[in-house]
Amino acid sequence: MVDRIGRPKVAVFKFASCDGCQLSLLSAEDELLAIAGEIEIAYFLEATRDVVEGPYDVALVEGSITTPSDAERIREVRGMSTTLITIGACATAGGIQALRNFSDAEEFRSLVYAHPEYVDTLADSTAIAEHVPVDLELRGCPIETSQLVEVVGAILAGRKPVTPTHSVCTECKLAGNVCVTVAHGTPCLGPVTQAGCGARCPTFLRGCYGCFGPAETANTTSIAGWLADHLGVDHPELAHLFRTFNADAPAFRSESRRQEAAQR
Amino acid sequence: MSHTHDRTISVEALARVEGEGAMHVEVTDGRVDKVQLRIYEPPRFFEAMLRGRSYVEPVDITARICGICPVAYQFSAINALESLCLGPDHQPPAGIRQLRRLLYCGEWIESHVLHIFLLHAPDFLGYAGAIEMAADHRELVEMALRLRKAGNQILEVIGGRAIHPINVRLGGFHRTPTRAELGTLEDELTWGREAAIEATRLVAGFDFPALDQEHTFVSLRPEPETLPPGATGYPIDGGRVVSSTGLDISVEEWPEHFYEEHVAHSTALHGRLRDGGNYLVGPAARFSLNADRLPDDLRALADEVGCTPPVTNPFRSIIVRALETVYAFDEALRLIAAYEPPTVPAIDVPATAGTGHGATEAPRGILYHRYTLAADGTITDAAIVPPTSQNQPAIEEDLVDFVQAHLHLADDDLQWQCEQAIRNYDPCISCSTHFLDLTVIRR
Repeated sequence: MVDRIGRPKVAVFKFASCDGCQLSLLSAEDELLAIAGEIEIAYFLEATRDVVEGPYDVALVEGSITTPSDAERIREVRGMSTTLITIGACATAGGIQALRNFSDAEEFRSLVYAHPEYVDTLADSTAIAEHVPVDLELRGCPIETSQLVEVVGAILAGRKPVTPTHSVCTECKLAGNVCVTVAHGTPCLGPVTQAGCGARCPTFLRGCYGCFGPAETANTTSIAGWLADHLGVDHPELAHLFRTFNADAPAFRSESRRQEAAQR
Repeated sequence: MSHTHDRTISVEALARVEGEGAMHVEVTDGRVDKVQLRIYEPPRFFEAMLRGRSYVEPVDITARICGICPVAYQFSAINALESLCLGPDHQPPAGIRQLRRLLYCGEWIESHVLHIFLLHAPDFLGYAGAIEMAADHRELVEMALRLRKAGNQILEVIGGRAIHPINVRLGGFHRTPTRAELGTLEDELTWGREAAIEATRLVAGFDFPALDQEHTFVSLRPEPETLPPGATGYPIDGGRVVSSTGLDISVEEWPEHFYEEHVAHSTALHGRLRDGGNYLVGPAARFSLNADRLPDDLRALADEVGCTPPVTNPFRSIIVRALETVYAFDEALRLIAAYEPPTVPAIDVPATAGTGHGATEAPRGILYHRYTLAADGTITDAAIVPPTSQNQPAIEEDLVDFVQAHLHLADDDLQWQCEQAIRNYDPCISCSTHFLDLTVIRR
């Protein structure tokens, strides 16, 4: 499956998404040409019209599953790929378009399109892992280019990639940031959000909005209670805080539903 | 079956465009009778998702419509919401407006350089993609990557992130940079300006297929008194809506002059003028309507490379994109030199009941947003009109003429040239709101 000089065959597939995560690969300005020399880019429509047939050693998958034909296509992709890596919040948790999972898809379709019958769509936007086994997930809306470079480098070196599973809180401490919640009263999801961004928002004096999704063993109920008690954040606002780019990730989904129920 | 008289050409998945689309052409008795851009990008229903959310959220949520031009979405949303909540005549302080335009320059550079060199130039030089092109033109691709990085650095320093910036908010920013922080950008931008000038001369030397299309051009045109210190008047982050047929309206009047229709072959709605016909937004339209707003040295460069308004050959839009890239570097340097750090990072934007309209010039053309709010700031209705859906009818019209003139080509060559013709518009179809795959049926 490797080409004649032993380079792994890499394919990039897109489902429902904004293209931002695959763009992160083209945005690795300092590493792109070096990487391109070490791998065979076999399928990457955003970058090239040349297509090499599968099977592939590595499939990078962006986007969520929202149509019957995409539910079929992801099975084909899995079938011809040795390692399948999801890149970004859409592929790992359904993305912002999973807000429809909390509403009526039929109503959504008729709100946006004059002829809903022309549009073929599933009721829910779902993560890739709900359809096929996934070997590795890269979080983020969008992913961090440095994490993608790390993963490609690890594959080339035949080692396990280093991607942190602690919370954004830890990254703030490492960066020496003053806590925006404690010092400024800014609601922040840092304690329950997976690291990887280098605490970008708190570094800009903004609360984390959870675009990397829930950290392992995230205690969302505790942080929601603290934000309500100490900062007076109300239930509807808390529900919205957990219901954005990783709305359908289990820990965030259950917390936003809890907040919604409490407001009734 | 005759080769030139009856054929069907299908491109099943268009490459080097952002998003997913296909193209279908049918030829009967040597006449092209049908061209469809089929946009099958799965719909994501942003306008419906925004209902019930707070008016402070579209800045972050609509950015996710497009990973290539998130800043355009952020600022069209801001223009719409601030014009409603602050009133049309009240604007944030000069420093905030300078930073907004500067951030937008970063996005123009990042997006234009991506399209010129990584997506479109391989067509002119005969390569499948930029990686393949790098094997023979390594210095060119390295220069392109360095130019893109210079644009992305602006996005990082001001926006906090190159894709989906985190520092933009209604009323301003979460944290504004110091003069010294902006100063770190200057050396690379100065290099970038010169490199972009050379790049403009280079792309102007490409071979351009003949095509002459009379489209109605539509673009923004800012009123000079609204520009922040340091800015010059080429349209980027706002302005009135003008056209080559004499239209001159405020953004509030948009719905009276433009509408979108839903066709079966596309999840992108098709933009139309109410008084009839297709229109074109984007670099060719902007340049053709606003060349007088370019600084003298850029006008001289445009003349030198033979780019004069109106630009009616869509293949030559790559030259305009390169000129606009020079402008974006130039304007960024002027804004940094004139930067007046604001005393507060953001002003208060009170929730106001009513409807607000906003538009900016995304790299691909006008991006219009409209929001209706309840008194507490809850969004009750939202409408988003991205540039590619406005251009789609005009692209189809161009393709009919182009295919008709090139029926002598074999299917493979015709397909590649059609793809190139589509890429003239830098179609961004991930806006779902939405794009390409080519089928040509020759009967």
